[in-house]
Amino acid sequence: MSTASQTGSAEQRSGFRSGAGPSWDLYSTCIHCGLCLEQCPTYRVLGLEADSPRGRIYQVLQVDQGNLPIGNSFVTHIDRCLGCLACETACPSGVSYGQIVERARAEIEKSYRRPLLARIARRYTYNKLLKSFGALSFWATVLYLYQQTGLQKLVRWSGILKVLGLENTDALAPPVDREFSFSDLGKVFPSEGEERTRAAFLIGCVASVSFSELNRATIRVLQKNGVTVFIPPKQACCGALHAHAGFRDDASDLARRNIDAMLSDKIDSIVTNAAGCGSTMKNYANLLANDVRYSAKAQAFAAKTKDVSEFLAELGLRAPQRKLHASVTYQDPCHLAHAQKIRSAPRELLKAIGADLIEMPHSDYCCGSAGTYNVVQNQLSTKLLAAKMEDIASVTADVLATANVGCVLQLRVGVQQRGLKMRVMHVIELLDEAYRQT
Amino acid sequence: MKLAALAKQLRSVLGEEAVLHHPEDLMLYEYDAGLAKGTPELVVFPKTTEHVSAIVRLAGARGVPIVPRGAGTGLSGGSIPRQGGIVMVFSRMRRILEVDVPNRRAVVQPGVVNLELSQAVARYGLYFAPDPSSQKASTIGGNVAENSGGPHTLAYGVTVNHVTGLEVVLADGRAVQLGGKAGEHAGYDLTGFLVGTEGTIGIVTKVVVKLSRIPEQIATLLAVFQTAEDAANTVTSLTAEGITTSALEMLDGWTLRAVEEATHAGYPIDSGAVLLIELEGLREEVEEQAEAVARICMAHQAREVRRAKDERERQLLWIGRKNAFAAIGRLAPSYYTQDGVVPRTKIADILRFIDGVAKKYGMTICNVFHAGDGNLHPAILFDLRDAEQVEKVHAAGREILTRCVELGGTLTGEHGIGMEKNELMPVLFNDDDLEVMARMRSAFNPNELLNPQKILPAPRSCREGVISMQSAAGVEQ
Ligand SMILES: Cc1cc2nc3c(=O)[nH]c(=O)nc-3n(C[C@H](O)[C@H](O)[C@H](O)COP(=O)(O)OP(=O)(O)OC[C@H]3O[C@@H](n4cnc5c(N)ncnc54)[C@H](O)[C@@H]3O)c2cc1C
Ligand code: SF4
Ligand code: SF4
Repeated sequence: MSTASQTGSAEQRSGFRSGAGPSWDLYSTCIHCGLCLEQCPTYRVLGLEADSPRGRIYQVLQVDQGNLPIGNSFVTHIDRCLGCLACETACPSGVSYGQIVERARAEIEKSYRRPLLARIARRYTYNKLLKSFGALSFWATVLYLYQQTGLQKLVRWSGILKVLGLENTDALAPPVDREFSFSDLGKVFPSEGEERTRAAFLIGCVASVSFSELNRATIRVLQKNGVTVFIPPKQACCGALHAHAGFRDDASDLARRNIDAMLSDKIDSIVTNAAGCGSTMKNYANLLANDVRYSAKAQAFAAKTKDVSEFLAELGLRAPQRKLHASVTYQDPCHLAHAQKIRSAPRELLKAIGADLIEMPHSDYCCGSAGTYNVVQNQLSTKLLAAKMEDIASVTADVLATANVGCVLQLRVGVQQRGLKMRVMHVIELLDEAYRQT
Repeated sequence: MKLAALAKQLRSVLGEEAVLHHPEDLMLYEYDAGLAKGTPELVVFPKTTEHVSAIVRLAGARGVPIVPRGAGTGLSGGSIPRQGGIVMVFSRMRRILEVDVPNRRAVVQPGVVNLELSQAVARYGLYFAPDPSSQKASTIGGNVAENSGGPHTLAYGVTVNHVTGLEVVLADGRAVQLGGKAGEHAGYDLTGFLVGTEGTIGIVTKVVVKLSRIPEQIATLLAVFQTAEDAANTVTSLTAEGITTSALEMLDGWTLRAVEEATHAGYPIDSGAVLLIELEGLREEVEEQAEAVARICMAHQAREVRRAKDERERQLLWIGRKNAFAAIGRLAPSYYTQDGVVPRTKIADILRFIDGVAKKYGMTICNVFHAGDGNLHPAILFDLRDAEQVEKVHAAGREILTRCVELGGTLTGEHGIGMEKNELMPVLFNDDDLEVMARMRSAFNPNELLNPQKILPAPRSCREGVISMQSAAGVEQ
């Protein structure tokens, strides 16, 4: 009978041997109805069942039943997943897809040998670069010099990037701000007027090298709204990129570090302006569920974590003295809309400052940025961006707003390539602008 | 690989990327949303009618069968290859070719997703009326092949009522036009014939669809009942009083709780059943009917009748309803959905019967269905890993479907026959009836290379003894 092939025979050994892989309880909630297919960006672009949520889950099942090796094919399709979680929004059956793919990736890291170069690069990025602000500042400086000295032009012109197959990724290198936020570590920014609440602010890693100005803007907006802002000095990268890439142990380390650094009775909330960080921090409870010393703290930490738009909308935004006169279209970041189910807060904030909100079609379709995706899966990412720009170009607005740094970067590239006359801004930057206009 | 030479030829026509033959790729086309399975030997992705013709010719020359596939949301194994061969996937043939607003027509490729079409024409105040619950993923090609319906079938009919023309590739590779943009055509109505043939007559490469105008006024009511029986009796009364609803859906308590968890649409989780009722038309007419509906519901002990106050609330209720099937997945690792039909005056009877079956086998059966046309979808919950439960599911399913037919109903409302119920066809049709259908198939598909072993039962000689119901999971392999 055919059902036997679904359950697998007991003799066949599961391909998940390390204990890190996803279990039956997780993936069996998928009833393969296919309702998630069209919501999946990789399926829309490639049209392959193997690159759909249902297909990825089916491959996980096949690995677990010993019918599919953890080899190139499996790894390719799992690697291509953006982790955008649009499938979780679409899935009526309540499949925790994010956990399935994270665990599949953890297993891949343990039992699959990637080509040497990829291994070195991944180890360096996740173990060293994203774990220490020191290393990150070093490379940030190099990148800054590269961008400022004209070296970038030279390299582009010489076509070296093309030879390396990196010509599209270069446009994505975050423009580096001269003043990194690391120097703000340890500071306290007092509330303006009466103190309504106290928040710890996560400066983020990639965000702090390329967007220190955004971080400053966030702090100013919080102060304006009566929030005393603490920048806990010992905070670390949130671990999002590690967890998504399959380095769950490293992600757990970082989670513990952040809990030690940021969880305190003095502080009511932990705020971030990066959607990816927020969704990971809200997930600390899950990441550390089996850690007896930290599981309770992780829960408390997760409960206090707020995306800045969610935080401000709940607090109630203080209206700026003058309204902002601009038409704005809003792109939902995946890690806000799908991972944290936050859709209305940023829109409310935009309306509260007087923006004329114009909805684009498919505002919750992924722009292709997705953490490191635009670098690692550049061709796919480019296609997703092109589709996104189609939708954006179909509306007329002065500003393209979103609520996550990665998306801002990606959309800037899109707007530039398409020659659109739109400013691309983080919602918080618009709020800051509204408060600062005279 | 058995079909290596064919794969090579196909690659030269379609390109490298458009042909899959590795086992790890093929296994992704061995399932759909139902329970049946079967693995293809090749998977191909055409982009044009010419591609489809070429594939059909090359495969035909070698006697290799072809099974078309849209999104694979089918529930009766329609897109499952029973004899290996080729699965032809339409996920890359998905352009809207033309929207003719004045004549309210659109010409689309078969891979266009149902909801995507409605969204694309919404700016003209138009939409595509067939609204299967799977509409956010299922393709127009699949809808045509299954003659899909949805909650609004009650007022607007099924897919066949919204298709005026088709381009079809025949078993010999020729592409022919059936019908066109006009509503009526000279000669045989082959468009009407082809809709619902599940890929066994020809391969659809273009569809001319009717677009409908979004109505002036829509009222969406949610009536909450303590028992499913009260809800069922309300349906009978609505009919008796001549009220024409555009949709009339029923969800029982089990389903409500799963749906609410999935969608947070505001369904009452402590009730026995709800009716989701929609009325459409001119403003005054709708208001009058809405009052009448509320009165009838209250007369049947409705706890409450609520009305969606804006489009957002209305959408939320519908998203909840459309997610219902899959939301049931929250309740158990597997479930088996059926698709029987009874006259709508018999709904209370069949619900009582289903309840009895559930008790007898000690299983949970959720009911969510199109009450307005008596199209039931009992979902029997089970755990696929437990062989004993699987047996019970089949037995329970058999009893329910047989009872539907006894009550004057039929075996399928909208999910098709596929390979799930083909062996049950003799319950509904006699040998002469079946023979006519077989002749139609032979005329178009003489060597049975297009979606073999679907819809019609195996020839009589092989059939003796298998007339009793066999459901999907049990029949295959
Ligand atoms: C959660 C859920 C809810 C559902 N709700 C409904 C509902 O309310 N109403 C309803 O009617 N159905 C419903 N279905 C069943 C299913 O979605 C429909 O039958 C749908 O029309 C199938 O479309 P598809 O693109 O997925 O086709 P597939 O499943 O891929 O294929 C279905 C059939 O169409 C044939 N086919 C596909 N493309 C072509 C083509 N171009 N030419 C010829 N034949 C082709 C295939 O060979 C197969 O026989 C539901 C399914 C699920 C999982
Ligand atoms: S996370 Fe995004 S890319 Fe990955 S399967 Fe889900 S929808 Fe597709
Ligand atoms: S992930 Fe959810 S929506 Fe997708 S096939 Fe599985 S159950 Fe259906």
